[in-house]
Amino acid sequence: MGIEQKAGDLGAVTIRLEQAVNWARTYAMWPMLFGLACCAIEMMAGQAAKYDMSRFGMELMRATPRQSDLMIISGRVTRKMAPVLRLLYDQMPEPKWVISMGDCASCGGIFNNYAIVQGVDEIMPVDVYVAGCPPRPEALVHGILTLHDKVRGETIKTWA
Amino acid sequence: MNEELQTAISALEEKFSIEKEEFRGEVSLIISSDELWQICQVLREIYDFKFLEVLTAVDYWPEQDPRFHVVYKLYSIEKNLRIGLRVPVSGIEPSLPTLVGLFQNANWREREIWDMFGIRIDGHPDPRRILMPHDWQGHPLRKDYPLGYEEVQFSFNAEEIDQDKPYAEE
Repeated sequence: MGIEQKAGDLGAVTIRLEQAVNWARTYAMWPMLFGLACCAIEMMAGQAAKYDMSRFGMELMRATPRQSDLMIISGRVTRKMAPVLRLLYDQMPEPKWVISMGDCASCGGIFNNYAIVQGVDEIMPVDVYVAGCPPRPEALVHGILTLHDKVRGETIKTWA
Repeated sequence: MNEELQTAISALEEKFSIEKEEFRGEVSLIISSDELWQICQVLREIYDFKFLEVLTAVDYWPEQDPRFHVVYKLYSIEKNLRIGLRVPVSGIEPSLPTLVGLFQNANWREREIWDMFGIRIDGHPDPRRILMPHDWQGHPLRKDYPLGYEEVQFSFNAEEIDQDKPYAEE
């Protein structure tokens, strides 16, 4: 603050490194195109015109995990799909975040049986859980904003 | 019942041993697994039932023996007629001949029958599991297969169940 009083008109701003990096990561987070079931429709609705997710920097949904940093798991995960999901998660480069969208990805939803993984956190660590069956696009946007708050709060120690 | 369907069924009744059931306009013939392929061939070649609509199985354990009924429904597109076939299959080493030579779409349905019920299909070109992972043990749609559900966490048992639940760490 002292430096801005002296050099304010020169156009120099000071900011902590953590704040700068987290701000950059938040506003350019590219989700991976990973819609599995019904929640994928709501994710597509969230990407479409009315509940626009590109205002958060998520204009593109990359189909390849190598170029994305957010994985929105929308839909139920079967036991046959679980190793594939883990493989895709491992292929994403750091830093990466996971949003578990909907009830089936968070806890198995209404499918409490042999074929569905009861909660995708049996396979990978999840940052934000969005509840709903399916969650409205506004709920997904709220989940994304919660993730943004979490990313803003990251420090150098969490990066390491 | 439709006349053409009746002629087809009468011709089949002369050559093979079948029982007939009719319910609200739908005919179902109970046949044995030895004559299945010939009956399907007769229906397909001579009576124009060229489309296999349904190929599934039902498990009637423990009420009925033989335990499985494999259900086939053939449809004739030109004549708009449907006919159903039921094959009782026992639970001890169940096996059936394949219909892939006659109806191409029987391929995946027979794989599903093997995966879900354990009924072997002899002569199938690609006998592997289709819905469950390839190394799964057991056949899920049998009546003596456990439901495989997880206990629901309420507030009073949440921590106990949480300790045994597998969570991934990175």
